[in-house]
Amino acid sequence: MLEVFIFATLNGLVTGLLLFMLASGLTLIFSMMGVLNFAHASFYMLGAYFAYSISLYLGFWAGLIFAPLIVGVLGALVERYGLRRVHQSGHVAELVFTFGMAFLIEEAVQFFWGPDTKNYQSPDLLDFPLFTLFGQEFPAYRGFMIGISISIFIGLYYLLTRSRVGIIIQAAITHPHTVANLGHNVPFIFMGVFGVGTALAGIAGVIAGPILTTFPGMAVVLGSIVFVIVVIGGLGSLVGAFIASLLIGLLQSYAIASDVGVQDLLNVLGLEFDRNHPLTDLWTLTLPQVAPILPFLLLVLVLIFRPTGLMGKREQ
Amino acid sequence: MPTRFIQNALKLRTLLLISIISLSSTARTQEPIRIAFMDPLSGAFASVGTSGLKQLEFAADYLFNSHGGILDGRTIEIVPLDNQNSPTETQIQFRRAVSEGIRIIFQGNGSAVANALNSAVTRHNRRNPGQEILQINYSAVDPILTEENCSFWHFRFDAHEVMKLNVLTDYIASNPDIKSVYIIGQNYSFGQILSDTSIALLKEKRPDIEIVGNELHPIGQVKDFTPYVTKIVSSGADAVITGNWGADMVSLARSIIDNGLDIPIFTFYAAYDGITATLGADGKNMIRLIHNETSNPIPTEQRKEFIRAFKAANPNNDVTQPRITNALSMIVLAMEETQSTDPYDIALALEDMRFTTLSGEEIWMRGEDHQIFQSLHISVHTDEGIEFDADNSGFGLFSEYHVPTEETIVPTSCRMRRPSR
Repeated sequence: MLEVFIFATLNGLVTGLLLFMLASGLTLIFSMMGVLNFAHASFYMLGAYFAYSISLYLGFWAGLIFAPLIVGVLGALVERYGLRRVHQSGHVAELVFTFGMAFLIEEAVQFFWGPDTKNYQSPDLLDFPLFTLFGQEFPAYRGFMIGISISIFIGLYYLLTRSRVGIIIQAAITHPHTVANLGHNVPFIFMGVFGVGTALAGIAGVIAGPILTTFPGMAVVLGSIVFVIVVIGGLGSLVGAFIASLLIGLLQSYAIASDVGVQDLLNVLGLEFDRNHPLTDLWTLTLPQVAPILPFLLLVLVLIFRPTGLMGKREQ
Repeated sequence: MPTRFIQNALKLRTLLLISIISLSSTARTQEPIRIAFMDPLSGAFASVGTSGLKQLEFAADYLFNSHGGILDGRTIEIVPLDNQNSPTETQIQFRRAVSEGIRIIFQGNGSAVANALNSAVTRHNRRNPGQEILQINYSAVDPILTEENCSFWHFRFDAHEVMKLNVLTDYIASNPDIKSVYIIGQNYSFGQILSDTSIALLKEKRPDIEIVGNELHPIGQVKDFTPYVTKIVSSGADAVITGNWGADMVSLARSIIDNGLDIPIFTFYAAYDGITATLGADGKNMIRLIHNETSNPIPTEQRKEFIRAFKAANPNNDVTQPRITNALSMIVLAMEETQSTDPYDIALALEDMRFTTLSGEEIWMRGEDHQIFQSLHISVHTDEGIEFDADNSGFGLFSEYHVPTEETIVPTSCRMRRPSR
């Protein structure tokens, strides 16, 4: 039982931190522009595909450096020549624009790389078990993922709260006009933040591609869950996004690892139904089966009891 | 080898020759025979769908269109319809096919979708006599389609799930080293039947085998299978049975390899479309598949030529489902025999048709429930003895266990309602 618990925790940590890399960029962009970027997970997918193509020629590590850069530049261009123009027509237009981008990117990926799964491999250097516990191996690559995500969180947190750039960004979020009057180029800051946000998604794609497999549906699979995290954490809160990511990663992992179901609950209550009962599907439901919908359940609960999200500062 | 296929082809060619001479002027103006291909062409399962589409298009061109078409010079046109692997979208695409006057629909990926299409087709055909649609199921294996819900307008060209599991559990039961089994599948009819049937059959054949895990996960939703693999490892299972396909199979295989699990994995669909390349050397001799039509060695020169020609036209794809070719060839034969493209005539001709495939094997479409019967094979993922690899990876499937057609035949509970004409 202990081994299951330890590995469930590690797995949850990996998933949670990966989700955080996506959610951090999304929440940054939201706090700045007041718009949810529906195409955010698509930039994650682009990161994986660029890294795959680069890794074919220059190896994994070159991909890790260049792919996020390319994605970041692409993101900045999208902001500069797409979003900024649409911005004048209001938030709805911006939402629809990013929504359309998501489809466009998915189609483009299918067009250039084809619909089948790409054989994007983790580097040979990390192809060994980090440690073996109770006969189970923990791959070094997963340890590497944890390391990268945590350093990004620390770096980002430090940048935003301690550095001069971070102070200007924070000021631009709350008081854009004052910042502009002080002589700072606010549109440029917005473009930069959008670029960095998408580059973060790109990094997530680069390191997730080898283990979550690289295929055109990867954005859709992760897309909805990232929004859930941003809302649960509180829109615009980096710390909130961090907590929510870990919460959801661990929640899903523990749910899958568990072996309890409605049946056990009924046993405790001393109830029994026979197999031909019309609601038999409900009585035989197990926690692992509902694991993927738990985040959405959590979302509903948070919205009911704490509509601002865990760390949200927005007042009604 | 003077097989029936060659005889048919020769017959066809003479017919064509006569038709070309006599109707050369009218042949060009004749309308093509349009066949819809309705499967996921976008989303998580796009790779499986597009690969099937390429095979159907190639088979139509290579076998028929390039030889002057069928039925006195008519060509076959494949119309791709993207159902996104969703039953709802299938209904919409079905209406579209109907409004475009298409009378034959190929569909294979996902039994949930096949069931939705089956009921849509049955309803449409009941309400629109004379405008019937024919459902050609080349891959959906839920037994219900040829049992309780069997329909005169539905034909299945793949062995159904229980037939495959029968063979697979025989194979597992014959291996004394396997004492415990873990079952994992996608949570819909296919996965549920997989787990129920495997448990029942194993209990009957090897009561000493313990089922140490029985997991269903939502289809196309799981990002990372590592938590599941962790459970498999800690259960101490000696073998895994899974029915996963498409992206779910790739991710599961990836997690199994990454976590160093080294036990036999018995699957339905763990090859091609990126899966073989993903498994690579790590999955060697570990992954086994149950399927029809042998992979390596290929028994006939005809099949080899077909595969080579396909690879020349589609270097990044493989002939993953020879049954698509079989289905199309049998439909064309039915059209030629009846000189008609009417689904009713085709359906009658298909019933109890015996057809010799490119592999030189005679397969049988049972009239009672419209289920195909042919030999089944268990193949292993390896790079030894592989003449035709998958994903250009050097690895492929080597067929090592064969079950002749007679032993795959199972009774059916189908009571078909036949249209009266």
